Amino acid sequence: MNNPIVKPPTAAVALALGKDAHGSSWLGLVGAALCATWLLVAIFGPWLAPHPVGEVVSDTVFGSLSAAYPLGTDYLGRDMLSRILVGAQFTVGLALIAAVLSSGLGTSCALLSVVSPKWLDELISRLMDAFISIPSKMLALIMVSAFGSSVTLLVCTAVLSYTPGAFRIARSMAVNIEALEYVQVARTRGERRLYIACVEILPNMLNPVLADLGLRFGFIVLLLSGMSFLGLGVQPPDADLGSLVRENIGGLNQGAPAIVIPALAIGTLTIGVNLFIDRLSSRRSRRTGGH
Amino acid sequence: MNSNTLWLIGRRLGAAIVTLLIVSMVVFAITAVLPGDAAQQSLGQFATPEQVAALRVKMGLDQPGVLRYLHWLTSLLSGDLGVSVSNAVPVTELMAGRVPSTLMLAAATALVSVPLALILGIGSAMGRGGRIDGFMSFFTLMMVAVPEFLVATLAVLIFAVNLGWLSALSYSSEITSPLQFMRTYALPVMTLCCVIVAQMARMTRAAVIDQLDSPYVEMARLKGVSPVRVVLRHALPNAIGPIANAIALSLSYLLGGVVIVETIFNYPGIASLMVDAVTNRDMALVQACTMLFCTAYLTLVLIADLCAILSNPRLRNQ
Repeated sequence: MNNPIVKPPTAAVALALGKDAHGSSWLGLVGAALCATWLLVAIFGPWLAPHPVGEVVSDTVFGSLSAAYPLGTDYLGRDMLSRILVGAQFTVGLALIAAVLSSGLGTSCALLSVVSPKWLDELISRLMDAFISIPSKMLALIMVSAFGSSVTLLVCTAVLSYTPGAFRIARSMAVNIEALEYVQVARTRGERRLYIACVEILPNMLNPVLADLGLRFGFIVLLLSGMSFLGLGVQPPDADLGSLVRENIGGLNQGAPAIVIPALAIGTLTIGVNLFIDRLSSRRSRRTGGH
Repeated sequence: MNSNTLWLIGRRLGAAIVTLLIVSMVVFAITAVLPGDAAQQSLGQFATPEQVAALRVKMGLDQPGVLRYLHWLTSLLSGDLGVSVSNAVPVTELMAGRVPSTLMLAAATALVSVPLALILGIGSAMGRGGRIDGFMSFFTLMMVAVPEFLVATLAVLIFAVNLGWLSALSYSSEITSPLQFMRTYALPVMTLCCVIVAQMARMTRAAVIDQLDSPYVEMARLKGVSPVRVVLRHALPNAIGPIANAIALSLSYLLGGVVIVETIFNYPGIASLMVDAVTNRDMALVQACTMLFCTAYLTLVLIADLCAILSNPRLRNQ
C-alpha cells in the first residue's frame, strides 16, 4: 500500500492514509469516541434522564421506539432512556473502580515482588497463581452464594479475580526492566527499594499497565453485567445495564427494544474499549519496532 | 520422548494437583469458613443459644476450620458430596442428571467451533494484511468483546422471532430425530461458538503467523513453493503445538459462557443448576458444582500446557 501521495495532507487524507498504512486507525477513533460517550453518560446521565428512573410513565409495556419515549418502554411501562442513562452509572462506575483497584493492586504487588527478597516474590507469585486458576465467573458465583450480593461485594470479587492477571503482566515487565543497566546503576548507587520501584521501574512500564487497565475494565464490565443478568449482581431497585436485560427478558419473543438496547449498550461499551486499546497497543508496538 | 520431557510432564502434573488442592482450600474457605455461623443462619434470629449450640455440634461447626476442611475433602474424594439443603436430595443425584446435557452442549460446541476456527485462523494468516484478514481481525475483536447475552438475544430475535426457523427459549428433553436435535441445540451452540471461535481464530492466526515469519518458511517461499503448500506442508506441522494449546485454552472459556447460555435458553445443565444453587444459597451444591467446574478448567489448561511441552522440538531432540 505504498501509493504516492499527491494531494495536500488535509486531515481527511491523513485519516485515509492512516487507514491504508496501518489498517484501522479510524476504528481506534470510533473506539475512543464510544469510550468517551459512555464516560460522559455515566457522569451526566442522571441529570439528562427525562423521567424519574422508577416512574411508570406509559400504559404500553415493551413499547417500541417513539418520540415521547426514544428508546421505548420496559416491562412495567417505564422510560427505557432514563433507565439506561441512570443504569450506565453502575456499569461504568463499578467496573472503573474495580479495574483501577485491581490494576493498582496488581502493579504494586508486582513492583514489591521484584524488589524484595526471593522468598517474598515466590510467596506472592504462588498466591496469585492460586487465584488465577479459579475462573472469574465461578469465583463471583461462590462469593455471592456465601455473602449475598451487594455493590461492595461485586467490586471486591472483580478485584479478587482480576488482580492476579494484572500482577502477572506487570511482574513480567518489571522483571525485564529491573535487569536493565540503569536500574543496576541505581542499585549500586545505594538507592532504596521504594525509590527503585517507583522512580526507576514504574514510569517505564506505565503505558502497558494503562493499556492493561483498559482491557481489564472491559472484562469487568462483562463479568458484572453477566452477574446482573443472572440476577446475582446489582439488586433492585438499582439496576445496571445487565439487570435491565434481565428484567425485560419477557419481551424477547416480541423483539422489544427494552431487551435489545441495554444489551447493545453493553456491547458498544466493551467493543469501544477493545478497539481503543487495540489501536493504542498496535501503535506503540510499531513505534518501538516490535511485533 | 526422553527423560527430560517426562520430568517436565511429571512436574506439570504435580503442579496441577497442588493447584487443585489450593483451589479447593479457597472454595472451602469462602463457602464454609468465612461467612460466619451457618447454624445461626439456618435457625433464624429467634433461635435460643442452646438450639444454635446443638445444631453447631450436629453440623460439626464446633471443630476448627482445618479439621472441617480435611473432613470435607476426604468425603469429596470418596464421592460423597453431601445433601442439597433446598430439596433434600443427595448432590450426586442432582448432578448426575445434569452433567450429560452440559457435556452434550460442550461437545456440540467443540465439534462446530474447532474446525471453523482453524479455517478462519489459517485463512486469515495466509492472507495477512489483506482485506479478508482485516475484516476477520475486526470481527473477532468485536466478538471477543460482546457479552454472551447480546449474541443470544440477537440470535433469538433473528432466527426465532423474525425468521421463525427455530423456537426460542424452549427445550424438549425428547430428542428423536437429527432435525429436532439441530433445532434444540442450534441457538445455544451458535451463541457459545461466537465467542470461542473468535478467541480460537485469533490465537490460531498468531501461531501460524509466528511460523510464517521464520527463516525456513522464507527459504521455502524463495525456492518457489506455492503459498498453499507453504502453509499446509511447511508451517502448519510446526504450528500444531501452539494451535492445540490455543484450542484447549479457548475451550476453557466455555465454562464462563455456559453459565449465561444455559440460563438464557433455559437449558437443564450443570451450570443452570449451579446458578439456582447460588440463588437458594445451597452451599453443598455450590461447592460441588464449583469444584467440578474448576477441575474441568484446570484439566483444559493442563492439556494446553502438555501440548506446548510435547510440541516443543527443543525438548524432543535434547
